[in-house]
Amino acid sequence: MALAVCGTLLGLALYAGGLCTVSGATFLYHDYCVIGAGPAGLQAAYFLQQAGRDYIVFERSHAPGSFFALYPRHRKLISINKQYTGKSNSEFNLRHDWNSLLSHDRRLLFRHYSRDFFPNADTMVRYLEDFASLLKLRVQYNTAIIHVTLEKNEQAWNGHYFLLTDQDRKTYKCSSLLVAAGTWVPNVVNFPGSEYVEGYETVSINPDDFVGQTILILGRGNSAFETAENILGVTNFIHMVSRSRVRLSWATHYVGDLRAINNGLLDTYQLKSLDGLLEGDLEDLAIVKDKKGKLHITLRFYLENRNISAGIDSITLPQDELDNFATRAPYDRVIRCLGWKFDFSIYNRSLRMMPGKGNIKKYPQIKPSYESRSTQGLFVLGTASHSVDFRKSAGGFIHGFRYTTRAVHRLLENRHHGVPWPSTVHPITQLTNSIIKRVNEASGLYQMFSVLADIILLRENATAFEYLEEYPIGVLAELEMQTGRKAGSGLFVIIMEYGKNFSGADKDVFYYNRAVGEAQHAWQSNFLHPVIYYYKRLPTEHEMRLHPPDWPLPRPDAIHHIVEDFLTDWTAPNAHILPLRRFLENCLSTDLRNFFAESCFLFAFTHQKLPPSCQQGYMRMQGLLGSQELLHHAVQAGLLQDYSHTDFSDDRPSESHDGSQEQLMRDHGIPVHPLQHLVNTKDEL
Amino acid sequence: MSAQKDGWISSLAFLLFCASSIPKCGSASLQQELSPQHYFSGLEAGKTSLAFFTPSVSPGAQPFLEQIESSAEVLQDYGISVVKVNCPKEDVSRYCGKENALRKAFLFRGNRLIREFPTDALFDVNSIVANVLFALLFNEVKYIETLADLENIENVLKGKSNMVFAYVPATGTAEHRAVMEAAFVYGTIHQFVLTTEAALLKATSHDDPDVSSAWLLFYHCQQVTEPAQPCRRTALAQPLTLLSIHRHLKLMGAPLVTEVAEDPEKISTVHLQLGLPLVFILSQKETYEADRRTAEFVAWQLLGKAGVALLSRDLVDLNVLHRSNVALKTPEEGMPIQYLVLEDTDEVITLVEDKNKVKQIQEDEQEEEEDEDEKENNNQDIQDDQVVEAVSRDKKRELPLEQILVLTEENFHSSLSEAARTVVLFYASWEAVSLAVLCSYSEVAAHLKGALGVLLSRVNCWDWPGLCSQENVTQFPTIKIYKEGQQSVTYDGMWGTEELSSFILLSQVPCPLKLTTVDEAEGYLRGEIPSELSSHHHTSLLGVFSTDTSKAREAFEEAGNILSGHVRMGMYFEDDALALSRKYSVSPPALLLARSGGRSVEGIALSQHSVQDMVQMIRYQLLDIFPEITVSNLPRYLQLRKPFLILFSAGNISQMERKEMLKLAKGRPQQAFVACWLNLKKTPVGHGILRTYFSTTPSLPVLLWVNLHAGGQVFKFPSEQSITEMNILSWLEKLQAGLEIPSSTLSEEDWKPPLPAYDFLQMMEPSVPELSPKSGNTPDPPRIPGGDTARGGGDTASREEPSQESTAEEFGSPGRDLRGTAPRLAARDKQGKRHSEL
Repeated sequence: MALAVCGTLLGLALYAGGLCTVSGATFLYHDYCVIGAGPAGLQAAYFLQQAGRDYIVFERSHAPGSFFALYPRHRKLISINKQYTGKSNSEFNLRHDWNSLLSHDRRLLFRHYSRDFFPNADTMVRYLEDFASLLKLRVQYNTAIIHVTLEKNEQAWNGHYFLLTDQDRKTYKCSSLLVAAGTWVPNVVNFPGSEYVEGYETVSINPDDFVGQTILILGRGNSAFETAENILGVTNFIHMVSRSRVRLSWATHYVGDLRAINNGLLDTYQLKSLDGLLEGDLEDLAIVKDKKGKLHITLRFYLENRNISAGIDSITLPQDELDNFATRAPYDRVIRCLGWKFDFSIYNRSLRMMPGKGNIKKYPQIKPSYESRSTQGLFVLGTASHSVDFRKSAGGFIHGFRYTTRAVHRLLENRHHGVPWPSTVHPITQLTNSIIKRVNEASGLYQMFSVLADIILLRENATAFEYLEEYPIGVLAELEMQTGRKAGSGLFVIIMEYGKNFSGADKDVFYYNRAVGEAQHAWQSNFLHPVIYYYKRLPTEHEMRLHPPDWPLPRPDAIHHIVEDFLTDWTAPNAHILPLRRFLENCLSTDLRNFFAESCFLFAFTHQKLPPSCQQGYMRMQGLLGSQELLHHAVQAGLLQDYSHTDFSDDRPSESHDGSQEQLMRDHGIPVHPLQHLVNTKDEL
Repeated sequence: MSAQKDGWISSLAFLLFCASSIPKCGSASLQQELSPQHYFSGLEAGKTSLAFFTPSVSPGAQPFLEQIESSAEVLQDYGISVVKVNCPKEDVSRYCGKENALRKAFLFRGNRLIREFPTDALFDVNSIVANVLFALLFNEVKYIETLADLENIENVLKGKSNMVFAYVPATGTAEHRAVMEAAFVYGTIHQFVLTTEAALLKATSHDDPDVSSAWLLFYHCQQVTEPAQPCRRTALAQPLTLLSIHRHLKLMGAPLVTEVAEDPEKISTVHLQLGLPLVFILSQKETYEADRRTAEFVAWQLLGKAGVALLSRDLVDLNVLHRSNVALKTPEEGMPIQYLVLEDTDEVITLVEDKNKVKQIQEDEQEEEEDEDEKENNNQDIQDDQVVEAVSRDKKRELPLEQILVLTEENFHSSLSEAARTVVLFYASWEAVSLAVLCSYSEVAAHLKGALGVLLSRVNCWDWPGLCSQENVTQFPTIKIYKEGQQSVTYDGMWGTEELSSFILLSQVPCPLKLTTVDEAEGYLRGEIPSELSSHHHTSLLGVFSTDTSKAREAFEEAGNILSGHVRMGMYFEDDALALSRKYSVSPPALLLARSGGRSVEGIALSQHSVQDMVQMIRYQLLDIFPEITVSNLPRYLQLRKPFLILFSAGNISQMERKEMLKLAKGRPQQAFVACWLNLKKTPVGHGILRTYFSTTPSLPVLLWVNLHAGGQVFKFPSEQSITEMNILSWLEKLQAGLEIPSSTLSEEDWKPPLPAYDFLQMMEPSVPELSPKSGNTPDPPRIPGGDTARGGGDTASREEPSQESTAEEFGSPGRDLRGTAPRLAARDKQGKRHSEL
């Protein structure tokens, strides 16, 4: 009852951002509350600040990036910090800078903070501190949100407010909640004897503590391998056990899989240098300690059938029945490196923050728009939002979620502030150029491949188009509602993709002829390359659900692949731009070639309609006159007729001119006389 | 057919007859039986005879004698008499006396013994004739045993005469006889070479030859000019007979390519007479040289199988498809000539070798074309954008860009503050139009070298995207002029050297330029002020305002901002403005217009006060009454959206024409059309226009009415009438009344995609069955177990496809392609190529 009163009061006092006091409790109100001042929280704060929004960031620690203050334990980040790319294009360079957040401040590029290719985690902490302070982001430190609940209110943006309670029982009220809390709760597996297991969070990182020991590591992620790498040289041997097989990031193109920098143990395993990998479900495991303190591996199954009070000797070990059981040797230590999961505990049941299913159960369930499946107005950002593209793209990592965070911000701007998704409008003649520019420099498309897409909305009659950057393709069907832009006359979706059957465990990614060089076989490209989907109308949600497996989008009306490029430089006039232009021309049913002013002049006198390039250039006094050299080249190429040497006193009808110029222009590729080119054949004999 | 054959056989017989210079023509006597004395005394010098000596009774020689008897007649044809000498019993002379001599035959020329043959070498007529001629033609027919011998002879003959090389499995055979008989006739023309060595056969023929059958090669050594060059060779495809050899040699002697200039139906060559087809290569003047080479190429391929003729279409009025390039005439009488469209010389050869295939080829070809259309989409990988292609062809040339400062994110703002005026070209280094403009920009830099206070610079947006978006550059190329303390001006004129230079120069002076004295104003109208622009001829505009017309003045100033760089505008609003306006009989606010150097000044009252109207009005005023249309000024006149009355002239138009046209143009103040003229020398593309209208250039000058915006009809002023105002006006009246027939109508065609795109969707479908379009209402179909493996299979299949294609391409020899344009070949070569370096 008291809450309801407060609600109505709030309705009045809302935009003053003031206080609401009911029965002694003080609500601090903000439009946006962000939980967590890690990379994602700060990134969200930056965009909110830039847009002039009322927001606050809550951080439980005294400084930003508390996760990085602890982890990784061995302090080496595995996100690359590439200093040199040979290019000055700042957007392009972000493709190879995996640590910087997005901002307008050029000082806040990670390369100014570290010269290491794999920087130290302390540098990240320092960087995040600078990011928050230089940009004057509003972060409230030492505030641990311990409970989140909803308060129904019809006037609220989403029909409810979010009420957040911190460790001091202070309550905050927000219209929109951005959860950027990361995944920080260690994954723990419970099995008989799990009390003997040390966690990654606390295990010693001093190799001296492992001298001459035999180690079993549970888990097979980067933290497990990082731990193994650290003690590889001093242990007797290290065994690693996990349910799944090892997934190498260079084989899967997924940066969350095992990175080459950590895989020293694979080397010693495959070279039979005592270390090894094992597959098995940790749930079936059991550990027993013998009198000497050695740890023995057995199976839960054996323990269930025995008398609990009996000593170690009565326990059946697998090697009793199978004398070559792999892990029959006793271990000195067992270390758990099983990663982290999202902290679901602080959310009230009414928010229905549910874990995902299967391999994404460590993440909360969210829609492709990063909004919670069950609570409107709650968005999950950063690592915790990785369920959208887990094991596919980079949404769980700084170099990915910095873009998805921006996308969420743009969605919110449109939804709550009537600011439509930013877009630029260009004449249709710039269509090919706009795409080429973006696929060559855009970092968001590149990092968040198959997740974020550039959208080109065609205007009526296809004389102009509107360009939207980095829209989440999962919510393509809702584009008009989410962006405030109209998609009535067809659209292009530009994304980057790897070959469908190229990457993945079990695949040899170094097979011969793995790269396609020919534009006409571009659809078989295996490495990351731009793909353009054309839809005559926006796909419906139903169609979105029916998309072919492994496809990010439903069947388009036409599709184009720009052939993969070794240098990821898609500016070759014939291999990249020409096929793209033909694709666009055929989708729009027009002629997108450029013409020199002289050609436009001729067309103006001989055609009632003009090609777009003449219409939008020449006819508006922006014709391309061209230098003598260029015109000469065009004449030599047979693409421009040279009339300056015409002898017009000659009245004889000339055979080669009986077609119109237009015909010549169109059919230039087919020689006028098919036999005339035999000139060289004689040499063959 | 049979009549023809008879014909050529008889001609052969006649030929043999004459060439053999038979001594006793007509007296085809059988072998004579003479006594030795009688025989020897009767031997005439130069006459050849084959004699054998027999005792009165010699039963053992009986079969031999029969053969001798039957060969006598044949040998007679070669002027060799066969004589049987009866040895009397008592005779013990050289030939009759010895027992073994009786088993031999003796060949005499005159009374000199040339050769004696054992009778077992003369086992039948063939062997007798062969051996006798072989002996007789010792010089004409060289017998060789090694390849070296053959090469020696070949080398000696180069440039002199041709060679006939024959292999026979053994001497005395029918083939040997045929070769010898041919040598008897042709021995003086060609060098004959004979061998029985199988090794030589193997060395001279391509594939595994059959050593038991004879083989004949014609060596074309006569035309060989280079000693190192081997002689071309033509093998006789048929079994060796006198007839086939004769035919072969006759064909080898015929000209390689016959040039004909008459109806192919009436043509007859030796090939047709010999029962072989004749192939015509249809040529035209423009392609004559290439066609001649084609014909020669084909002729070499077909040597001995068909004749090749080069038919000049320009000289013969052929009633066949323009596309046809080959015709085939068969020896069968009454068969019509076939006209064909072939793409490849191989097809010509197949055509001859298997006439039945002709039809099929034509059909296949059509299918193939369609196939190719689908598969390769013909030339879609060939650049057809003239600007992109021109720029890529220009790639290697280094532009003189030293004069143009390169700006970056770091130095952009500092550089702008250094010069009074900075011109910045924003471009993208990968974009063709940008680069084309950069090309002109470098010429502008050379032009403006020394222009003080102007800094030319460029920003590559591919390097500095942040800078470009910050400067609001949304498309390439963009040129902006930055002036200290003022808003930048974006260039919106033609991308040409002159236009850009003039813009930069004009924007140097304020627009409008404020003039403070009447003298200045007058000097301005004469084009003397400002001095920076005195060398440039622009129409000068002067706004004259009295002090109380501030609203109009503001609008004028605003219009000046918009038109800055395009128009030379001045402004006078001093107290004595009235004096100025009175001189030109206008009342302020007014506009004074001095076209080209102030020779005449027009005054226009300023009635509109909105900026847009003012701009519009100024633009309109700047248009000429009777302009010369050029590539760069056409759009200005097109904006009037009126029909064009345009005079196409080979050079400058005459005074008379100008006068009449001007009268016409000025005649009515609000013209319903644009009267203009075009100088074909200055604007050669005008030829293209005339050709489109009339298919040929009509006699010049030609006056046309072109409805550019409505209907697109083109009318031609009758050339027999002289171009006078009166004539034109009455013609225009007739036009309006619909009494004239348009000469041409502008194409209404839409600008469709020039070529199709790669249909990746269709290519992907076989490997991604899920991609097939689903009917809208069906719910998500259940996944079939194992569907994934099926998909995997499909994928590998489709992945192999390109490699198969590429091998097929490799085998097809390039260069034989009749459409073998260089880019196409290159495109074919690289098909399916993948690089493995990624």
